[in-house]
Amino acid sequence: MSAIQPTITEPVQAGEDVLLSVEDLCVHFLTQRGALPAVDGVSFTIKRGRTLALVGESGCGKSVTSYALLRLTPWPGRIVRGRVILRSRRAGLIDITRLREDDDRLYQLRGGLVSMIFQEPMTALSPVHTVGDQISEALRLHRAMTGAEARQAGIDLLRQVGLAAPERRFDYYPHEFSGGMRQRAIIAMALASNPELLIADEPTTALDVTTQAQILGLIKTLQHDIGCAVLLITHDFGVVAQTADDVAVMYLGRIVERGRVRDVLTHPRHPYTLGLLRSLPGADVGGRLAAIPGAVPSLADIPGGCGFHPRCPQAQAGRCDLGGVPVLRFLAPDHAAACVRAEELDACRGREGGLP
Amino acid sequence: MKPADPLPGPAAFPAGVTEPLLRVRHLRKEFPVRSGGLFRQMGSTVQAVNDLSFDLYPGETVGLVGESGSGKTTAARCIVRALAPSAGEILFRTNGRTVDLAGLSERALQPLRPALQLIFQDPFSSLNPRMTVGQIIGEPLVIHRLARGSELDDRVDDMLLRIGLKPEHRTRYPHAFSGGQRQRIGIARALIMHPSLIVADEAVSALDVSVQAQVLNLLKDLQQEFNLTCLLVAHNLDVVRHVCDRVAVMYAGRIVELAETAALFEDPRHPYTRALHSAVPRPDPDQRMNCGLAGETADPGNLPSGCAFHPRCPECFAPCAQLRPELKDEEAADCERPAHLVACHLRDGRGAGLPGGGIG
Repeated sequence: MSAIQPTITEPVQAGEDVLLSVEDLCVHFLTQRGALPAVDGVSFTIKRGRTLALVGESGCGKSVTSYALLRLTPWPGRIVRGRVILRSRRAGLIDITRLREDDDRLYQLRGGLVSMIFQEPMTALSPVHTVGDQISEALRLHRAMTGAEARQAGIDLLRQVGLAAPERRFDYYPHEFSGGMRQRAIIAMALASNPELLIADEPTTALDVTTQAQILGLIKTLQHDIGCAVLLITHDFGVVAQTADDVAVMYLGRIVERGRVRDVLTHPRHPYTLGLLRSLPGADVGGRLAAIPGAVPSLADIPGGCGFHPRCPQAQAGRCDLGGVPVLRFLAPDHAAACVRAEELDACRGREGGLP
Repeated sequence: MKPADPLPGPAAFPAGVTEPLLRVRHLRKEFPVRSGGLFRQMGSTVQAVNDLSFDLYPGETVGLVGESGSGKTTAARCIVRALAPSAGEILFRTNGRTVDLAGLSERALQPLRPALQLIFQDPFSSLNPRMTVGQIIGEPLVIHRLARGSELDDRVDDMLLRIGLKPEHRTRYPHAFSGGQRQRIGIARALIMHPSLIVADEAVSALDVSVQAQVLNLLKDLQQEFNLTCLLVAHNLDVVRHVCDRVAVMYAGRIVELAETAALFEDPRHPYTRALHSAVPRPDPDQRMNCGLAGETADPGNLPSGCAFHPRCPECFAPCAQLRPELKDEEAADCERPAHLVACHLRDGRGAGLPGGGIG
């Protein structure tokens, strides 16, 4: 393994507790219809040991953002602007966006300093290798263990993620595992390299509610034990409330609201956030669910003004549909939203105890 | 045909309705386990559905809830005869007579198929990518020779409008639609036959919350418009809460609790129902989700003795491992109240004087 030197060229304004800072990240998909802005000027930071949730519907750019953090942007996507800086304790400062494709550090980063848990546990596991082989592969590559050491460490990891009889299960194939067990195995694999950041891309969407509760509880416990930061990608505000410290809501490749989980949940300042919260079943029992009308528009056809205005119940003609995209601005300490009507809507809510 | 034993129905019957549309009695489905290899058991069977009984009244929506492996999907598929049940009766009222779907041959089932429709979970794999939306929605009418030519087109267009799409979408292919729109197409395909029974198998589980809300609202509207009778299979209790009149909670192939939706949520009596309820993450940082339910669903090939839930039950006590609790109403004499059936020793007198039974 090569010695890691900081590659940073400019000083980054960030406190010691910031692990990852993303500044003005833009990922465009270069297609025949032109450059589609899947991620369009996203900035956020993740602090050590904390959990940031990235929330939005399918097609809002949350997964593309997380792939870009590992330089895994799928073709024909390209990172066209922005910086992603990891302030690793083990490897120093790494400017991920400026690493060359053949840089050793990229290899050390992927599945090493930063691990990923995927949504579909069956497609993330190889069906022709035993679970144990797949876990010990990570241990041999990233922690330079021998076969016997990796086996013992792998069994310990399986025990740590709460799998019963890990000695026996180590030699099982993925098809012999249930969905929850597979997701536990994936988590064990992600933890094998002792990551500083864990990216969890919809880790429980494919699971039953009871298994989801177990897996979310497990991620929280392990995070506490290991001290890694977590970037959690989800569309479910219920999951956010139960696991994250901070939250960034994405729509059409931009962050439309950002803040501490408690502030955003109790006091949502962007109509999109409010829409996502209200569409959760259980929020309004008996009556109709307050669904957000319509669907996420195509990236080739982004509405002018605020991208959300055609679906927004609070949109005002002449203000929301004209001009540039609303900028993300701070409306309270640590709480920002990108809505031109944020103050009015807030005042209206204060007066009437709720938005229309 | 011998009369089916009565089971409690909903509290309020729609006007003039006293007879259930569907009576399921002692339904069983066993799957043979292939010998050797995988499970290392020779010639044994797996009990996916075990002695399932419930009624479904016209215009009613009943939710069938449980974890993966609880047998809810198998039960639903047996009821529409996508699978052949191993034992039991599925008494279905159609055109003023009652037929037992369980015993019918494929040929005898054919004329009944239009009345029994299924909505599938995955809107990506349940639509043929090489057929246009118009062909997909109209296909059932073509197969059953119920419409052709311009009448077929009119009915497809009408259906497209009702599910919130436009007639010009008829010539497009499924790939041009989002997940929510595809699920609407699946619903249209089921509804175009004007079925008397719809079985929706996890119809919204694969969708984003915002789209899920749209599809749930659509289902609710269509229910009223067509006076649909639905069996909704789901693993998320909050989803069924919105659209169901009654809910049956299944564990290891059996119903463990069956009650009116409101009663089930206000007073969940089975520890498993309470566990399912508390596992749903809520968007409230002060209301912690409960990860207390350890372990996995019981293996249907090797069910625990007594109550199948006892190894995972936080309130398990002495009789639970020995004796299987019957599904019954603890206050059956009280006829003022709609039935609330539960299969738990904490509620059948064996657990009298023991702590527990409180609502989590």
